[in-house]
This record gives sequence, structure tokens and C-alpha cells, in this order.
Amino acid sequence: MTEEIIIAGFGGQGVLSMGKILAYSGIMQNKEVSWMPSYGPEMRGGTSNVTVIISDERISSPCLNQFDTAIILNQPSMDKFENSVKPGGLLIYDPNGITSPPTRKDINIYQVAAAEEAAKIGIAKLFNMIVLGGFLKIKPLVTEEFLKKGLEKSLPERHHGLIPENIKAVEIGKELLKPFHVL
Amino acid sequence: MTREEIIKPENLVYKKTSVLTDNVMHYCPGCGHGLTHRLIAEVIDEMGIQDKTIGVAPVGCAVLAYNYFDVDCIEAAHGRAPALGTAIKRLYPEHFVFTYQGDGDLAAIGTAETIHACNRGENFTMIFVNNGIYGMTGGQMAPTTLKDMKTSTSPYGRDLQTMGNPLKITELIAQLPGALYVTRQAVYTPALARKCKKAIRQAFENQKLKQGISFIEIVSNCNSGWKLSPIQANEWLEQNMLPFYPLGDLKNNK
Amino acid sequence: MKELRLMKGNEAIAEGAIRCGCDGYFGYPITPQSEILEHLMAEKPYEKTGMVVLQAESEVASINMVYGGGAVGKKVMTTSSSPGVSLMQEGLSYIAGAEIPALCVNVVRGGPGLGTIQPSQADYFQTVKGGGHGDYRLITLAPASVQEMYDFVELGFDLAFKYRNPVMILSDGIIGQVMEKVEVGDYKPRWTDEYIAETFPWAATGKPKKRDHNIVTSLQLESAKQEKVNLRLQAKYKECEANEVRYETIQCEDADYILVAYGSSARICQKVLQLAREEGIKVGLIRPITLWPFPKQIIHDIGIKAKGILSVEMNAGQMIEDVMLAVECKVPVKHYGRFGGIVPTPSEILQALKNF
Repeated sequence: MTEEIIIAGFGGQGVLSMGKILAYSGIMQNKEVSWMPSYGPEMRGGTSNVTVIISDERISSPCLNQFDTAIILNQPSMDKFENSVKPGGLLIYDPNGITSPPTRKDINIYQVAAAEEAAKIGIAKLFNMIVLGGFLKIKPLVTEEFLKKGLEKSLPERHHGLIPENIKAVEIGKELLKPFHVL
Repeated sequence: MTREEIIKPENLVYKKTSVLTDNVMHYCPGCGHGLTHRLIAEVIDEMGIQDKTIGVAPVGCAVLAYNYFDVDCIEAAHGRAPALGTAIKRLYPEHFVFTYQGDGDLAAIGTAETIHACNRGENFTMIFVNNGIYGMTGGQMAPTTLKDMKTSTSPYGRDLQTMGNPLKITELIAQLPGALYVTRQAVYTPALARKCKKAIRQAFENQKLKQGISFIEIVSNCNSGWKLSPIQANEWLEQNMLPFYPLGDLKNNK
Repeated sequence: MKELRLMKGNEAIAEGAIRCGCDGYFGYPITPQSEILEHLMAEKPYEKTGMVVLQAESEVASINMVYGGGAVGKKVMTTSSSPGVSLMQEGLSYIAGAEIPALCVNVVRGGPGLGTIQPSQADYFQTVKGGGHGDYRLITLAPASVQEMYDFVELGFDLAFKYRNPVMILSDGIIGQVMEKVEVGDYKPRWTDEYIAETFPWAATGKPKKRDHNIVTSLQLESAKQEKVNLRLQAKYKECEANEVRYETIQCEDADYILVAYGSSARICQKVLQLAREEGIKVGLIRPITLWPFPKQIIHDIGIKAKGILSVEMNAGQMIEDVMLAVECKVPVKHYGRFGGIVPTPSEILQALKNF
């Protein structure tokens, strides 16, 4: 099994940390992982993306141009990465702020209205975990047990009290997942 | 007196310190470097710290200083001695570390390293020999060359409009909180040399306090570069260098 | 006890330094490697092993602090990225000339000039062909994973002290920024001052009564003596070429075409191997781990059996010269590269291979 994922959105949406939690959870589950961020001025407010690879085998390139899954959180990232999903692959996006929805017919596309839900129930900071939940619903790469361990590893100890809320946000994401175009 | 009488122990009035090697110095007759070397070596000898002293030599006339000090020495790149001194002292905090530099090395190419080592308050001793000229490369203008002073690259005299002003780097350093002891000395008379040695002693003793850098400027001569006899050079130093670079402590926080 | 961590390549360099008993780090911030200094400062290594960490005023100062620290027998290092490493060339030449062990890391970004902060391999020539003045060589290690970033710090110090020579870890923005699984070891104690004084008789550690004073210098005004210094250096480099070549070969046994790539390019090429073989094209990869000494022999031996060799580099074609020398022009050698911070995709490399 090898899953090649791009997560893309605005800086501050938790793109990098979502990738990190996924990578840490993968390590806890004894997988090979790679987390390659875009870096530079975009980390100060512009678009931000990270390539996460989780695999049973040694990972070759940490930089890719074709992905099994794209998790898209804003329009510029949709423009940039919609065409990078492998045929038959998966695209998950939050419709908030998306003015041109995806048009590909050869991939599976789902929506997670995470931003709206997070604002509604007052957990804006856990927005990225809701999105992650949507992804894990379709591709359960990591179990809840290892996700918890991954959170423990990636969050500083003073934030460990927030882990149950994070797990809850993941569950909310699973429920919010809505098919947009499914093969 | 015969030779045999002269070398009798009771007739001994001066003995070279063992912290100087027997190598013949390459400095020009009358140059202040040789005497400055001796004063430093005597202080190391008197403090009994030869085995715990590490010296850093510059690029310039004193590039071969390591041949004369009988202590472990490192030859630095031009201007970089304070960077070496910083690392060595931090890695051997109980050792005694000194850097030895001229004006081109310390106040032109190495200004950044000088200022920052002093500003961080590194706990070593910086010796700065200022003769207002590049000696080794044949008498070119230095950052400390005086107004109207002739050198091979200011053959009609230093023109402040086009060549900039002589730099009083010691005054700059005295402003820095990391500087514990900043003084300007000279060695061209026996009395001044004795005073200078006291300053060097204090600068080395200060290393035990770990309270910042001790910086000693020694206003010196360059009779070859200045194209004067040794005696004329010392007179010129007194009449021209000292009014601009006055002697004395600029800061003594000990 | 081995411990598994998820780390950036840059953090792995810092962690590798603390845990291998490094005595001192001197560096100046520059993207994309500032995490090294940040991680070191956050970890407080002085409290763990006594390691000194200092943010210097410039790269010029950093490398000269390393010169001083190496000259007194301590395990010291600096890190930077391309523009900063250019500033260090003077110091590296002095360190090589004075035969001082030292470790330098270059997390390469695109140039020339201020260039870009994105990854590149355009400093190959600078690193393996000189950079500074004079006839000297840098032992050059090219990590292709975060684990190698960690491991090569200790290996780098071992080689630096074995040969009394500066060692360069030539990385790039990808390997510096990517996070991967790393196995980290225990904290090894630093060498004691007594051990250093006994083991490295050349080091300027303070002159005891029983020995002459040590002089660490790269200056030898008499040409006859300076020639001897050079001959000694060249003999040392020969020994290094005989003993320290490191490389990895992947799927070369049946390959019609060979890719030669190092560092992150080698990782991308591993993906190319997979894509090519899915299409029935038999491709192998030779990954030089030491860029100097260069793995000439293996490239020759494998290369001459191939139909062609593609040197894949994130530059305009630098290592290709060494690859061509290695195969003595017996087989066609071509270059594929992107530059200015653009990372070539596996598919475009595959296309270049098809166009060979």
C-alpha cells in the first residue's frame, strides 16, 4: 500500500499540521511516511501545501506531480491541483470559498463542509481535523488508536488535553462527508 | 669585563622570558611588535599560564607571531582572529585566549568580527597594534592612517574628502556593554612599556572574571612604512599619533 | 536505545549533532536551513551534553569560529545555504590548508546570486571542484533522506578527524524541509579535554612542558615547503579516494539505461525507476553518496554496459562532467535538469529518458 496525498489551502488553515498528524499516525502504525511542505513566503499567509506519503514500503520521491488524493481547501489550490489527481483518484474539498467547483469526471470527488460546521459549533481551530475525518472515512489509513498516538506525538504536551476534542472533530468530519461526483 | 664575568648569574640584569622562543624575529629594528610580544610573553610567564594559553595570530606584520610565542598558536585568516578567539574561549572557558592584530586586520577587513566579539562580551584578550599603516604589504593606507599622512596608496596624503576619516575603533568599542576593559597604551619608552605591561596583565587577569572582553590598543610605529629612522618614527608617533589617539583607559569596569 | 522520531532533515542535522557528541555549532540564519539553529537553540544542548551553540554575526564569522574550534581539537560545525556557503569559501580553504577537521552543511538553494529559496543542486561545482582558492578537496557527503541527514553528521565528524580535513554535507531544500521517520541514538558524551590532548597531538590545546608549542597554520612562505604541504595533501586525497567512496545502486543488474543522481534527485529518480519499469523500460539508478571522492569505478563498470546514461541534477549540468569522465566517453551521457528552484517531476524525467 502506498498513498500519495497533497493537502493544499491557505496558510493558517492547518494544512501543514493536518499533514503532520497524518504522518505521525502513520509512523505509530509502523508505516513509512514522508511530509514535504511548500516553504517560503507562502507560510506567511499565502497558499500553503504539503505532500504526505504513507506506505508499507520505502518511499521514493517526497516530491510528486501526481497524487492518489488531493485535499483542497481554497480556490487557488483547486486551480493548481485538480488536474494532479491520478485517474480514478480522490479529491476532497471544502466548498467554502470555492467559486469554480471541480469538473473532472474520471476521479471520485467528495465535499466536507468543515469551515461552516466548525464556525457553527465554535471549534474553528479544529477545522483541519474535520477535513481529515472526511478523508479517513473514505481511506481509513490510520485507526483511531494510532490517530490518538499521532496526536500525542505531534501536539506539545500542554495541548494533550485537547486530544478528545480533536478526535471528536474527526468523527464530525466523517459524518459531514458528502459525495459530489463518484465513479 | 670579560664574557665569562658578564654571564655570571650575579651580573644578570635581564633575561628573556622562556615564553618567547629563540627564533630571530623578522620585525624591522625599532618596530613596536617585538617589545609588545615580549610584554605579553612575560605576563604569561609571570601568571604561570603557558600551558593554558592559546594565541591567535593575524594577517599582517605579526602573521608569524606564532613562531615567537612559545604557546600553542593558530594563524587566522585576515580579520577573523576575534571569531577564532570566540570559539576557542567558549570551547575552553578555563584557558587564557588572546588575539593579536594590526589596524588593517582588526579595524578594516575584520571590523564586523571585532565589534561583535566585543559586543557579545567574549571573555578573551584582544591586543590591537595600531601604527596607522599596512606594514607587511608595503606601507599602504590603513583605516587608522591620519589626515594628510602619506602612504603608498595615499601618496599625496590622506584626503578626508575622498579617502574617509581615520577610524577610532577603540572609542567605538568602549561604548559596547560587552567590553569590560578598554585601554590605549604605547611601548616606545621604557615607562610606557612598563605601564602597558600592567594593562596586559590586567587584561589577562580579567579572563578569570568572565565579565567581558579586555581590549588593548597599542599605538605603535612603523619606521619602514613611515620612511623614518626608529628615533624619528617615535618622535613622529608622539607628535602626530598621540594627539589623535590619546593614551589612557577608555573604560575599566573591573 | 533507538528512538523513532518524525523530523525535518534540518532538525535531524541538529539532533545528530547533539547526540554524536559535537562540541560546538556556529551558524547564521538563512532559508531553507534556519531550523537547524532554531532546533539547537530550543533543545538547550549545553544542558544535555555541554555542546556550545552560538548565532554568529555572519557566515564569515561562523566558518572562522569553526576554524578556531577545529584547531583546538573540538568537534565543531556550521551550516548554511548557498549564498552563505559562498561567504565561507575563504574559511574552508584555510581549514583545508591548515588540515583541521571540521563539518559544514550546505542546504542548497537556487542561484546564482540571491537566487531563490527553493531547492537546487547548483553548488556541485563549488563543493567538489574547489570553491575556495588553492588545490584542496572537501570530502562531500550527499544525503538522500532525513535518516542520512542524521547519520552523516557523525560520519562526517569521523571522516573529518580521520583525514584532518573539512567535510561537507551537500543537501538541498527538499531534504532539509521534508519530514521522515528517523531512528535517533543515545546521547554520546563529548570527548574530554584530556582525551583530545592525548589523541590529537597537532591540536592547539595549550602547551604542556613536555612538548613543543603547536602551530596551526596554512601559511608556508618558502615555496619548497609549501610544495611539500601540497604533496602531503594530495597523498591524503589519494588515500581518501581509495578508501572512502560510497554509493548505492538500485535495479542496475538488467538495466538498459542508467540514471545517475544524488540527494533529492536520487529520490525522485527512484520514482522514475518505478514508472519506467511499469512501462517496460529497464532503468537502473546509481546514487553517489560521496560526491568527492566520486564513485568513478562503479559508474564506469555499470555504465559501459548500458545503452545510455542520464545524469539527473537540479542544475544546468555539473555532475555530468564527472560521469562522462568516469565512463571515458564510451557510452552516451546526457543531462536532465531543472533549475532556479524548480524540482523536476518523475514524469518529465521519464520523458527525458524516452527521448534519449
